[in-house]
Amino acid sequence: MSTTLTPVLTANWDQPNSFTLQGYGPYDAAKKALGMDPDAVIQAVKDSGLRGRGGAGFPTGMKWGFIPQGDGKPHYLVVNADESEPGTCKDIPLMMANPHSLVEGVIITSYAIRASHAFIYVRGEVLHVIRRLHAAVREAYEKGYLGKDIFGSGYDLELVVHSGAGAYICGEETALLDSLEGYRGQPRLKPPFPAVAGLYASPTVVNNVESVASVPSIIANGADWFAAMGTEKSKGFGIFSLSGHVTRPGQYEAPLGITLRELLDMAGGIREGHQIKFWTPGGSSTPIFTDEHLDVPLDFEAVGAKGSMLGTRALQIFDETTCVVRTVLRWTEFYAHESCGKCTPCREGTYWLKQVLRRLEAGQGTEDDLALITDIADNILGRSFCALGDGATSPIHSSVKYFRDEYLKHFEVGGCPFDHKKSTVWGDK
Amino acid sequence: MSYSPEVRERLERDAKEIIGRYPKSRSALLPLLHLVQSEDGYVSDDGQEFCAEMLGLSKAEVVGVATFYTMYKRKPMGDYHVGVCINSLCAVMGGDQIWEELSEHVGVGHDETTADGKVSLERLECNAACDFAPVMMVNWEFFDNQTPESAKQLVDDLRDGKSVSPTRGPKRLCTFKEASRVLSGLPDDLAGDGPSAAGPSLEGLKVAKANGWKAPEA
Repeated sequence: MSTTLTPVLTANWDQPNSFTLQGYGPYDAAKKALGMDPDAVIQAVKDSGLRGRGGAGFPTGMKWGFIPQGDGKPHYLVVNADESEPGTCKDIPLMMANPHSLVEGVIITSYAIRASHAFIYVRGEVLHVIRRLHAAVREAYEKGYLGKDIFGSGYDLELVVHSGAGAYICGEETALLDSLEGYRGQPRLKPPFPAVAGLYASPTVVNNVESVASVPSIIANGADWFAAMGTEKSKGFGIFSLSGHVTRPGQYEAPLGITLRELLDMAGGIREGHQIKFWTPGGSSTPIFTDEHLDVPLDFEAVGAKGSMLGTRALQIFDETTCVVRTVLRWTEFYAHESCGKCTPCREGTYWLKQVLRRLEAGQGTEDDLALITDIADNILGRSFCALGDGATSPIHSSVKYFRDEYLKHFEVGGCPFDHKKSTVWGDK
Repeated sequence: MSYSPEVRERLERDAKEIIGRYPKSRSALLPLLHLVQSEDGYVSDDGQEFCAEMLGLSKAEVVGVATFYTMYKRKPMGDYHVGVCINSLCAVMGGDQIWEELSEHVGVGHDETTADGKVSLERLECNAACDFAPVMMVNWEFFDNQTPESAKQLVDDLRDGKSVSPTRGPKRLCTFKEASRVLSGLPDDLAGDGPSAAGPSLEGLKVAKANGWKAPEA
């Protein structure tokens, strides 16, 4: 049987008041959780099999379990709402349409890890989303869901919406913490991990928006309900974001393990008269796939086994009109722009990758340049504090692997062999 | 030049409210930089001085942070700060062509402002709306599914003082300064405006409903 969609977080998005408390409904899951032992809440999330929805897929309950208890220090929850990975566009519409699922998840998560102060670090470039978050938090305070003695449980929680200021690197959890402390957003060396020394050097959980927003449904419906969806090691549902040369791009909430072929069927296929050429399974930092990967189950294991990563389920889809060299160049320019400059291999490596790719795209490169970009990428990978540099190498390595001939073609013809107008939305009209 | 006593008093009141939300005051630095940007239209010298004083930091510490983040502008931007996404997916879908035609039409380049001070342009990295490509932003509100023609019309309308509405956002587009105030953590009252979700955001839900697909019962 083919996979079907399972709207949970997206189920109320078509309601005009879904972003209000009235539209969302009472925080029954939070009320239930606050009547439980905090450790039982952690156990429920462990049992559900929920893994981080921000890209890395680390088991969420296990992360919560790393927070030392009885240590006398304040604990913090920081929600990573800095969604900026190219292609990733799920948390922003989620917070726009359903911010209360996040706020309720924050209450449950904070209670479980014994935090009395939580933060939502949201990227600054999404003004209306920020308004909706502020409004949802205000409503929750007014209703007594935040503040002192929530649901008469004696539990107190303060929640602050904090806007970033334009830096992709702040999606990296330790850079985010530095930024939230009022510094330049640069990653910290791990260990110590945030669970031990995070915000203000105190135990801190950093979780993605979709991870935290999924928690109320797990508490309300049970760990078994969640674990019944998905695959053996990748449980539950997730939002799959289709963009690019697709008939109906958009947000499709489905069990992990659905395939791109199934999703494309639902989305009306590749735009009419065209064929798929390459795609990312989970953002630009995940190695590209081609038409030979349409039936790979989109879960952490199967995508990994085929040499890429599930990442954020950001399925950017490009048809045969698209120049892969141009696409990789633009991603590389992005990484060079966003490299924070702390680690030399990433700062210098992305800069030089950009230079070499520019001449390759202009048809002025040589075959040696392919060895050169591969060598530069090899010298970035695994040699920096955080994953930004690693991510920058993914499009390089995978595009050279699958589309070496297309690179060669550029300097054979002395320029880009593609008509860029044909890949635009209006190129066929 | 420094802030007049009235402006200074107002900014201090706002700053203290923001600082009070954080366990440690320095965490308020990013919000305060947004706050001074809401006063001056950019992160001015006075603004940085103000942040340093409020937080007990040296000015160098404030400048070091302000220069790291692209949303803090070093010179006055237009009343309407217009961004065009030129990251790979939007670029391929038409963002490159939009940028080229728009920049030529307006006569300014990246992070530059028109002589009348009304419009500034920026080449944006991914703004998390890829299913609406090609995407533009004005004062950080979404203008989805753009074309070169719609982009030029949008900027002409802004310069002519015509009313312009984001595709997913409030009915009234606020100014760059007003937007910066929301970012500082002092929201306006426009959250209720605009749709919950629109267009591509609802495609999956539509398919699920048409087929009677739901998550399993608990």
